[in-house]
Amino acid sequence: MAAKKEFDIFAHVLVPEHRILSEEEKEELLRKYRIRISQLPQIKASDPAVVALGAKPGDVIEIKRKSPTAGYYYYYRLVVED
Amino acid sequence: MLMVSEKTIKNLVEKADLPASVKEELYEKLVEYNKRYDLKKTEVEAIIEETVKEYQNALVEPGEAIGTVAAQSIGEPSTQMTLNTFHYAGVAEINVTLGLPRIIEIVDARKNPSTPIMTVYLDEKHRYDREKALEVARRIEGTTLENLAREETIDILNFEYIVEIDPERLEKAGLDMEKVRRKLEGSFKSAEFEVDGYTLIVRPKKAAKLSDLRRLAEKVKKHRLKGLSGVGKTIIRKEGDEYVIYTEGSNFKQVLKVPGVDPTRTRTNNIHEIAEVLGIEAARNAIIEEIVNTMREQGLEVDVRHIMLVADVMTLDGVILPIGRHGVVGEKASVLARAAFEITTQHLFEAAERGETDPLNGVVENVLIGQPVPVGTGIVKLAMNLPLRPKRE
Repeated sequence: MAAKKEFDIFAHVLVPEHRILSEEEKEELLRKYRIRISQLPQIKASDPAVVALGAKPGDVIEIKRKSPTAGYYYYYRLVVED
Repeated sequence: MLMVSEKTIKNLVEKADLPASVKEELYEKLVEYNKRYDLKKTEVEAIIEETVKEYQNALVEPGEAIGTVAAQSIGEPSTQMTLNTFHYAGVAEINVTLGLPRIIEIVDARKNPSTPIMTVYLDEKHRYDREKALEVARRIEGTTLENLAREETIDILNFEYIVEIDPERLEKAGLDMEKVRRKLEGSFKSAEFEVDGYTLIVRPKKAAKLSDLRRLAEKVKKHRLKGLSGVGKTIIRKEGDEYVIYTEGSNFKQVLKVPGVDPTRTRTNNIHEIAEVLGIEAARNAIIEEIVNTMREQGLEVDVRHIMLVADVMTLDGVILPIGRHGVVGEKASVLARAAFEITTQHLFEAAERGETDPLNGVVENVLIGQPVPVGTGIVKLAMNLPLRPKRE
């Protein structure tokens, strides 16, 4: 095997942009949708995208999803331990 | 009268509460109409306002039973699908599960699809040349001694296993006898390998029972000489102006590391592998694409929004959950909802044992006990501050 170069998963066409939200943005998000943090969809801490970002359990990830109907929109997932 | 500039239109459109694709379309249309009719600023504003109003009217009402609508919208076309098709458009040599069995496979989130396939795209250097594409295909294609053999015999007298190798196939695989011998020697310490022309002789080091020789022969035959594990035949097909490799079998993690492969576009139809390598969001996209493609293959069109909802529900917890009693339904919070679906008694017994309470928030449990269902107008609750004592004047 040749030298293993680590492949950046965010370059793949199937992977949308991921970003960690700051504490203020997290508050703002929960206020905007009037939800508790446990009501967010989840993402495992072992998920390759989370590992690549270096997010910790408790962080909220903002995902910029491409959509055939809306162009793009934002989706949020709470990082949880597996 | 001053004409409205494109920049002003852009700014006004940007401020509107609309999704990105609608904004873009609105902007283009406004610019076009502005050229033709010389709109005033107030007119532009009025158009935008009207668009926002139309958009909001088109939104799904709160309380709409979107899950039921999605289920029916996918379910009805499914009745028109062929029950069993095994073919692949263009590549006749590779079988692919299509139609209803494939949809069931995706929705059930099977660990391994019945016909795993990878679509391998190539990088700039290897994309346009058939020879170079073949070179990459050889690196991926799994080859065993069995694939190369023309004839094999077990010589009981001399206690040997003899394999006659087809020189043509050997060359096609990019191997030679010496490489084969070295590879096998590295993997099987308990046997000796001898090469004589295009004949390979395998001799166990210790004389043992005949059944041992047979077992060894079987192992040697199946041993992978090159390529990726789990991958079998590969087929090269020209798509547009580039060559694409299709593989029977899938090993997504390894194939991305193969030199000559474009790792940004290569994909597999095994959704679990995608989730493992690229994450849950990529898996969601893969589920949507797989379902849409399978439907389209059958000449059916389902609105993507329904499929997006299915994919969202399946990936809600960060792992791919199947739709059914082991997945989405089995995870429901309400005992009655779970019991109403499948294995009724077991759910009721377990709930009784744990002393579960059911707050009756969902749809199914309210249907079950004959209450108004929290859907549509039923979702609205009335709260009222009654005066404790009626006031009298």
